[in-house]
Amino acid sequence: MNPADLRYDKEHEWVRVEGDSAVIGISDFAQDQLGEVVYVDLPSVGDVLAVGETFGEIESVKSVSELFAPVSGTVVEVNDELDSAPESINSDAYGAGWMVKIKLADPAELDGLMSSVEYDAFVANEA
Amino acid sequence: MLRAVGVADIDELFESVPAAVRLGRPLDLPDGLSEMETASSLRALADANTPATRLVSFAGAGCYDHYIPAIVDHVVRRPEFFTAYTPYQPEASQGTLQNIYEFQTMICELTGMDVANASMYDGATAFVEAALMASRITKRHKVVVVGSVHPEWRVVLRTYAASGNIEVVTCPVEDGVINPATAAMLVDDSTAALLVSSPNFVGHLEDLAALGEVAHAAGALFVVSVNPILSGVLEPPSSFGADIVVGEGQPLGNPMSLGGPGLGFFACRQAHLRQLPGRIVGRTVDVDGRGAFVLTMQTREQHIRREKATSNICSNHALNALAAAVYLSAVGVAGLESVGRACVAKAHYLREALLATGKFDAPYSAPFANEFALRYTGDAAAMHAEMVRRGFLAGVDLGAIDPGMDGLVLFAVTEKRTKAEMDSLAKEVASL
Repeated sequence: MNPADLRYDKEHEWVRVEGDSAVIGISDFAQDQLGEVVYVDLPSVGDVLAVGETFGEIESVKSVSELFAPVSGTVVEVNDELDSAPESINSDAYGAGWMVKIKLADPAELDGLMSSVEYDAFVANEA
Repeated sequence: MLRAVGVADIDELFESVPAAVRLGRPLDLPDGLSEMETASSLRALADANTPATRLVSFAGAGCYDHYIPAIVDHVVRRPEFFTAYTPYQPEASQGTLQNIYEFQTMICELTGMDVANASMYDGATAFVEAALMASRITKRHKVVVVGSVHPEWRVVLRTYAASGNIEVVTCPVEDGVINPATAAMLVDDSTAALLVSSPNFVGHLEDLAALGEVAHAAGALFVVSVNPILSGVLEPPSSFGADIVVGEGQPLGNPMSLGGPGLGFFACRQAHLRQLPGRIVGRTVDVDGRGAFVLTMQTREQHIRREKATSNICSNHALNALAAAVYLSAVGVAGLESVGRACVAKAHYLREALLATGKFDAPYSAPFANEFALRYTGDAAAMHAEMVRRGFLAGVDLGAIDPGMDGLVLFAVTEKRTKAEMDSLAKEVASL
């Protein structure tokens, strides 16, 4: 249901590992819960993410949620398209809705994340 | 009404309250008054004050006797506006939202800024909210306020600073204005904003171009407070790089009312929209494509963002804002310019007339607009009291507000003051 090549955390973020980097976004379940996304407040290139700490905020019409770092690292790329098209997160959470790409600080942290099968089960329990 | 809800008397409504916590005796209140008796009683209370209609007022210092066209009251007193509270299902009050939207638009036009909020309580709190907003945007905690800002506004700023969120540094006043070089020594890379008002408390125009550069050179925001009644004759603060513009809107269609309620206006550049405090009305289309007004950008507010909200304000001064909007519509662009010209011209005339009496000295020579301070050669408080007896509010005795300004009297002249009134004031003062 959720892409098998990604890893997921309890805060509904996904991680796509690309060598020693990782691309981060929020899951389809998360975008559905939020409703229409109108704004995302993301970090800048060079900012350092610490696992479990907030790295930004995502706003829908009448709510705001924090974004929690699923793994630690340094931001190397930010999806600037989200400035003008935040709704990509709703329409394509795993593709065009990607948020930041970071250089992993500690690849071992990936072991703490869930596989897609585990995440599907996790979501089924939450709902 | 008691019969309609099925009880015999009012005590029956409280039967579910345990006897142990009930008062057990009638409330010690006088008998009710009829409408006629109440009106008479209130009139007697009101008569204890002397209204501006019975005193020729030359008093300003933030609250001015400007003319309010009849149409303002005619619109404002409509019960739909006059008694309505802040709507909490705002989309159901399209008329209310529309008039706030129009007010916001007018404030943007007057200040040259991109976006304005639905209004705040008064100029002083709007001024402080600008300081807090600049701190959030720059992530710096020091603000430099110029000492020529209204002393009461600076007290309000200190009240908020006591919370520990911001540190306030005051730039000293030199000859009634701020020297940009002095400000530059205080504004550094830990400064969130340079806070200025022009005209300042004693009526002088500050060097906004230079002060704006001082702020931006240090990466600080430039916050300017203005008197909107002069928007037709003074360059808007946007011309000098203002990032946030605030002020007291009372001069626009609102009576003095013994000092309040006031009308704080707040506007900023588009880039800072997400840090704007207060309510904002937006314009959109509904599902059927029809135009509609809504409260927008609500994720800044505390009912969504809680302790991370841009402010704890969840209201505005809608009725005062409506009065201002109706006033501006009534006078129009040309009318506002003409009001401003009259205020400035008359103030300059009066200053000369008062100096000619020989009872005043001129402590300052800086350019001013509608307000100026002179030093009275005798006892300012006694002069003021005697002039009230003679039917004049002869300015504001600044010594009563700020001991450091003892002997200074601040005169404001609005478009309402006639040449005859000004000549009379001068003649009476001369005869003391």
